[in-house]
Amino acid sequence: MKTDQALILKNEKIAADTFRMILKTDIAEEVQCGQFVQVQVPGFYLRRPISVCMADEETLTLVYKTVGDGTKAMSEMEAGQSINLFGPLGHGFPVEKRSVLLIGGGVGTPPLLLTAKKYIEAGQKVTAVLGYNDKASLMLEEEFRELGASVYAATMDGSYGTQGTVLDAIRENGIEETYVLACGPLPMLKAVSAAYSEGCVSLESRMACGMGACMGCVVKDQNGESMRVCKDGPVFEIGKAVL
Amino acid sequence: MDLSVKLPGLNLKNPVIPASGCAGYGRELAELYDLSLLGGIAIKSATPKERFGTPVPRIAETPMGMLNAIGLQNHGVDYIIEKELPFLEQFDTEVIANVAGASEEDYIEVIRKMNDSKVVKAYELNISCPNVKHGGIGLGTDPQLAANITRMAKEASAKPVYVKLTPNVTNIVEIAKAVENAGADGLVLINTLLGMRIDLKTGKPLLANTTGGLSGPAIKPVAVRMVYQCAKAVNIPIIGVGGISSAEDVLEFLYAGASAVEVGAANFVDPYVCPKIIENLGSVLEKYGNASVKEATGRSLK
Repeated sequence: MKTDQALILKNEKIAADTFRMILKTDIAEEVQCGQFVQVQVPGFYLRRPISVCMADEETLTLVYKTVGDGTKAMSEMEAGQSINLFGPLGHGFPVEKRSVLLIGGGVGTPPLLLTAKKYIEAGQKVTAVLGYNDKASLMLEEEFRELGASVYAATMDGSYGTQGTVLDAIRENGIEETYVLACGPLPMLKAVSAAYSEGCVSLESRMACGMGACMGCVVKDQNGESMRVCKDGPVFEIGKAVL
Repeated sequence: MDLSVKLPGLNLKNPVIPASGCAGYGRELAELYDLSLLGGIAIKSATPKERFGTPVPRIAETPMGMLNAIGLQNHGVDYIIEKELPFLEQFDTEVIANVAGASEEDYIEVIRKMNDSKVVKAYELNISCPNVKHGGIGLGTDPQLAANITRMAKEASAKPVYVKLTPNVTNIVEIAKAVENAGADGLVLINTLLGMRIDLKTGKPLLANTTGGLSGPAIKPVAVRMVYQCAKAVNIPIIGVGGISSAEDVLEFLYAGASAVEVGAANFVDPYVCPKIIENLGSVLEKYGNASVKEATGRSLK
C-alpha cells in the first residue's frame, strides 16, 4: 500500500462509455485479484476507487466506466501523462484450489479478469459468465477466452449471447459449478447470493479515504455489525454483508 | 527550526494533528507511517453507547472539498478504551479524545470513563457535529448551552478540555467567549459547514442524510476568518482546522492566531499529507521569516 505517480501507457475506449487505462507503476507487483486503487484525477478533490483489471510486475490495467465528470476527465487523459494512484487497497478474491464460476455484470467484470488469471495459473478450471445491457457494452470477453476460461455472455436486450441476466445464461448453458466469485450491480449480486451459497461477492461504494479510516463506505453484516467496504471488503463471502 | 508547541495537556513536538474522524484510531495511518511523527492525533468521536451512524451514501464530492454524513459512528466509549486506546500507547504522540453525545449526560459519561486513560491527554468536546440530531450542534449554536456543557465537562474532567465549535452560527465570537468564560482550556475551530448536493439524474440529495458537513480547501477561508476573529476575542489557545493541506496553509492558520492545527479531509486526498506538512513546515516558516511555530502564532493580529 503506497502512493505512486504512475505513467499512463495507454488510455483507450473499449466499449460504450468504457475505457481501459494501462499504467506503469510499481504498485502493480503488490496487487491481488479483486483489490482496487484510489485514482487521483487532476482537478477533482477526492480519489476514485477503481478495481484492478490486470496486473503484472510493472503494469497495471484499469477498466472503468465514465459515470460522472471525474471518470470523464480520466478518460480524456493521454499516454505520457501521469496520474497518482494509492493502493493496492482492500481484501480481494480468494484463490482456492478448486474450479470457479466467475460472474461479472457490466463494469463489475474487470476485476474478475485478474481473478481468472490467478485461478488458471493455479491449474484450476475457470468458467466466466458475463452480463451486459447490450452488445455495445460488451467488454473483455476475448481477454477471458485468451486466458483459457470458458466464456458465456448475456445481454439484457438479447443483442449478444443469452437474452436476459447472467443467471439466465447459467441456466441456458447448463453450468453446474457451485463455487462463485461475482462482481457487478447490486441487483445482480443479490440474485447471485440467493442462487449460490459458496463464494464471494465484490461490492461498490462511494468512498473517501479508501483505507478504512473514515467510515464513509460501511455495510452491515447479518448481526448488524458494520463492515467497511474499502478495508474489510470490497470482497465479502456470500451472505456475510446485508445487500 | 523549533516546531514544538506546548498547550494545556499537550506537549506537541510539532503543531500537526490529524482531525477527528479522518484518522480513525490511528491503525490505518500507522500502516503508512510512524504515528510518532505527528504532533498529536484527534481520535474519532466517542459516545457512551455504540452508534451505527447514518445510512450510505455518506460521502459526496464537491468543488475543492467534500461532504460527509457519517453520523458519529463508533463502538462506544468502553470498546474504545479497551480495544482502541491501547494501540496508541506505543506511539510518542499526544492523543486527543473527541467526545460527543446526544445530551449533556452523554458527554459527562464519556469523560468520566476516559479520565483514567493514560493515553488520552486532552478532550475535544464535539458540540458541532452537523449530522446528528442533538449531536451537539444544538449545544454548539447557543452561547449559554455551550457554556453550560463546557462547565459540566470541566467539572467532570481530569484533563484539559478543548471545545470544538461549529461554523454554522451567526456569531462564533460570542460562543467562543462564552466557552472561554465557562473554563475551556482551548478552542478547536472549525467543524464542517452544513452543505448539500443534489443528483441531477434522480433529483434527490446525493447523501442519504440529505445534508452533510462540508470540508476541504473550499472552507479554508471561512476557518481562517473564524480563527482570526476568535483569536482577537479570547485568551485561550486555538487549534485551527478547515481545509489545511500544506505547510503554507498551516502558516496561514498560525498567523490568524492558531497555536496548532488539525488536518482533516486532506488525509483522504494524500494519506501521507501530515508527515509531508511536518517535513516542509520548518522551511516554510523560515521562508516567511519566522524563527518558530510559537513566533508565527498570531502574527497577523499584532
